[in-house]
Amino acid sequence: MADEKVVEGAENGACQTPVVSANKANDWLIFLLRLFAFFATVSATVVMAINKQTLTVVVATIGRTPIQASVTAKFQHTPAFIFFVIANGLASIHNLLMLIVELIGHKFDFKGLRYLLIPILDMLNVALVSGGTSAAVFIGELARNGNSHAKWNKICDKFSTYCNHGGGAMIASSIGLVLMIIVTVISITKLRIQKSQNYSRLP
Amino acid sequence: MTLAKRVPIFLLRLLALGASVTAAVVMVSARDSAQVLNVTFEANYTNSPTFKYFVIINAVAGGYTLIVLFCPSKVSLFRFLLVSDLIVTLLLDSSVSANIAIGQVGKHGNSHAGWLPICNQVPKFCNHVAGALIANFVASLAYLVILLYSLHIVLNLPKP
Repeated sequence: MADEKVVEGAENGACQTPVVSANKANDWLIFLLRLFAFFATVSATVVMAINKQTLTVVVATIGRTPIQASVTAKFQHTPAFIFFVIANGLASIHNLLMLIVELIGHKFDFKGLRYLLIPILDMLNVALVSGGTSAAVFIGELARNGNSHAKWNKICDKFSTYCNHGGGAMIASSIGLVLMIIVTVISITKLRIQKSQNYSRLP
Repeated sequence: MTLAKRVPIFLLRLLALGASVTAAVVMVSARDSAQVLNVTFEANYTNSPTFKYFVIINAVAGGYTLIVLFCPSKVSLFRFLLVSDLIVTLLLDSSVSANIAIGQVGKHGNSHAGWLPICNQVPKFCNHVAGALIANFVASLAYLVILLYSLHIVLNLPKP
């Protein structure tokens, strides 16, 4: 076919050579999806990292003056949210690197290593983001509904802004996760195994 | 695909099948009761939606592995198998991550939110949950290795 190129050398005979289709529309689609995934993961990281809410509660009253104590909700209080921020940060760095590689990577020759590294790194980062998102979602569900069996009270009725911001970050991370899954699936299906006859190493 | 390439994947899938089925069974059988001020309360996997999610995901992963184990490996199905392996790895990974988060709250509590740890009152339940988490972790690691090995088979890199 005219728009396929053999990128790996092959041993002699009818063996299997990976072939990558050099379809331009596919490349632009992957680029766009990665751009949106980058925006989604960056916004999830930033929104969760600056998530903070302070409430002042009246603890006691001496005479006429109420004694107030301030209670803060920050993302560092829960290890799940810390993992969420780290995972989304790493995934957004990965997306940025992949975007840069797709833009200026044509000048460098990695001897085909690029076609191995990109799906592998994509898969690892998808696993990372899925772990971070699901941990944060379930901790958020616990914060919103509480758990009567373990006597854990819900905290979202008092810290509603904190919970809403956290929920928004989780939604952004889920969107980024879905987009990254689509990108990974497309870059996997771009690899095709073809039985090749007597291809020698390209000059 | 030659037999020598298929055997490691088969063994890894067997390991993943055993691990995910073990995880589901151990979580379902986790039970303990504690007496606090003349009130008994039972700790069960149905108490938390996270644990229910754990059992469902591990059951699905075990069923999927069972089906794929006895599937003839044709070249045309390979890409579809890669994609579905990726999805199952994702699900296993998300379940282990969410349950580690909830288990950490159960074991150490969260002083900022006013959540007390419960593992002192129901230690048998906590140990069962920890064992199920380890099994799930092994299953997700096995699936990750299956994914990477499948990619390695597809990309037939020439030796330098």
